[in-house]
Amino acid sequence: MTLWIVQRTLQAALVALAMALIVFLGLNLIGSPIETLLPPEATHEERLRLIADLGLDQPMHTQFFLFLKGMAQGNLGISYVYKEPAIELILSRLPATLELALFAVLLSLVIGFPLGLIAGYRPDSFAAKAIMTGSILGFSLPIFWVGILLIMVFSVTLGWLPSSGRGSTVTILGVGWSFLTWDGLRHMILPAFSLSLFNISMVTRLTESGVREAMSSEYVKFARAKGLSPRRIMSVHVFKNILIPIVTVVGLDIGTTIAFSIVTETIFAWPGIGKIIIDSIAALDRPVIVAYLMLVVLMFVLINFVVDILYRILDPRIRLQGE
Amino acid sequence: MKPDLTSFVRFLRVYCRSPLAVCGLIGTVLVLLAAIFAPLLSPQNPYDLMQLDIMESRLPPGETAFAGFTFLLGSDGQGRDMLSAILYGLRISLIVGIGSAALAFVFGTLFGLTAAYIGGRTETVMMRLVDLQMSFPTILSALLILALMGKSGGNVVLAIVIVEWATYARTARGAALSELRREYVEAARSLRMGHRNIILRQLLPNCISPLIVLLTMQIARAITLEATLSFLGLGVPITEPSLGLLISNGFELMLSGTYWVSLFPGIALLVTIFSINLVGDRMRQILDPKAAQR
Repeated sequence: MTLWIVQRTLQAALVALAMALIVFLGLNLIGSPIETLLPPEATHEERLRLIADLGLDQPMHTQFFLFLKGMAQGNLGISYVYKEPAIELILSRLPATLELALFAVLLSLVIGFPLGLIAGYRPDSFAAKAIMTGSILGFSLPIFWVGILLIMVFSVTLGWLPSSGRGSTVTILGVGWSFLTWDGLRHMILPAFSLSLFNISMVTRLTESGVREAMSSEYVKFARAKGLSPRRIMSVHVFKNILIPIVTVVGLDIGTTIAFSIVTETIFAWPGIGKIIIDSIAALDRPVIVAYLMLVVLMFVLINFVVDILYRILDPRIRLQGE
Repeated sequence: MKPDLTSFVRFLRVYCRSPLAVCGLIGTVLVLLAAIFAPLLSPQNPYDLMQLDIMESRLPPGETAFAGFTFLLGSDGQGRDMLSAILYGLRISLIVGIGSAALAFVFGTLFGLTAAYIGGRTETVMMRLVDLQMSFPTILSALLILALMGKSGGNVVLAIVIVEWATYARTARGAALSELRREYVEAARSLRMGHRNIILRQLLPNCISPLIVLLTMQIARAITLEATLSFLGLGVPITEPSLGLLISNGFELMLSGTYWVSLFPGIALLVTIFSINLVGDRMRQILDPKAAQR
């Protein structure tokens, strides 16, 4: 197990390094930032000084090394637009995105899991068919379109819920959180739901196929033969066995949800990192783009790593196979 | 498994047992026809600025245009007929979606089949690359590409291909692994057929059914991704808007109550994706042996 964790850590580090290299090479593909940074009337000397300041006169591998060094020190340059360190800018927006993504993942479990249980338990019933068709609809709906529809119905027509911003926040540990106030929660419902719809469908379908598989398994047949009540079979035998893969997939999905919050944040004007990256791409604000990409990549590698380890701890069968 | 007529009829008969899947098939065919015959069906050429009149902007559905036809689905901020814009936008969405999914299909399938055929350490390295690609969320990879390479129609296609190829590679390899153990591959090898011939003439036809199912689903995903990127302002050029861009344009008007500019392209997009997914889901049910056992 320890050896495996060490191996896995090395692998994760390699992936992060590879992504850093891709981002770095890509940056050089878009060309030099000099033209964006210098005023048009700049002299030749000023230009040379800026090139030297940014380290652009160094050979490629030195530049890459400097880039990695900067990253390790938490310094990826100063945003051209906001004139703040890019890392700080991204980190200050991160809680809003994390809060939204976690709320969405929670929603997908709370809604998707029961639906999947119902659909899997009686696969030929009308309810099951409706749920499974609904789940196809759920992953057919593009996130941005769900968001627009929700705004159209609940904000514009009915006027029940707000359509933009975070609402009032409570500050804990120096960071504002929306989910602690009623107003903040109301602001979060629509974006979180539109973000979670895809996941709801996925959890529903996973649960359904898990339950169906478990229902025809030997251990459920045996439990039935013993005369256990359906409720007990469901809640003890089936539940335990299907939970592990679902938790794994949903755990891995936190990263995807964070990435897709770009879309939701754009629609609902949610002040997280997704909104800032879209603005930065439009403005060619390189330090912020790099900081965002590296942060999300690192988070992604970290989440994959943790889920992988948890999975092994939770499921003894896999642990045995590995050793 | 040669695609002869009887097996096709049998497939169709099994397919038609699900009424919902039939609806999906009809929807898909209608959408395709609407896109192909867009110039004949639409009352106006939405790209021809000479035909637009700013006086006719934001008209609700049912109003009559100066040119004589009715704005069945209303008009947008520039006085463009929404029905025409949707039909032409559908064309762009489908061309980008089908084109990029097909390119990813070709590249990913060849990659996966080759990996399985070569085997050994090369295969491990190739499949690691696939794992790496698949572990990143689609939108992030696409954004990375567009942020680094700049936005253009070609780059959108490139982004979708890069996002989708790995799925084909994984499926193709999985299918090929079990096929490689069969006698016909051994026979082809002993006949000294070339590697390329074995991969393309022997392996590919026998691995094709799960790949076709995947292709159907991935076309729907490609259309969604393109629409999402266009909505974010990173997609196809503004001069020839796809459905995603039409929805995006209407989004700003929607808050003031002009709902039709955003709603109708959205419905068109939804019908397209939902229909294709219904067809794909049904095909998976029929062709996937694991699902058929149930």
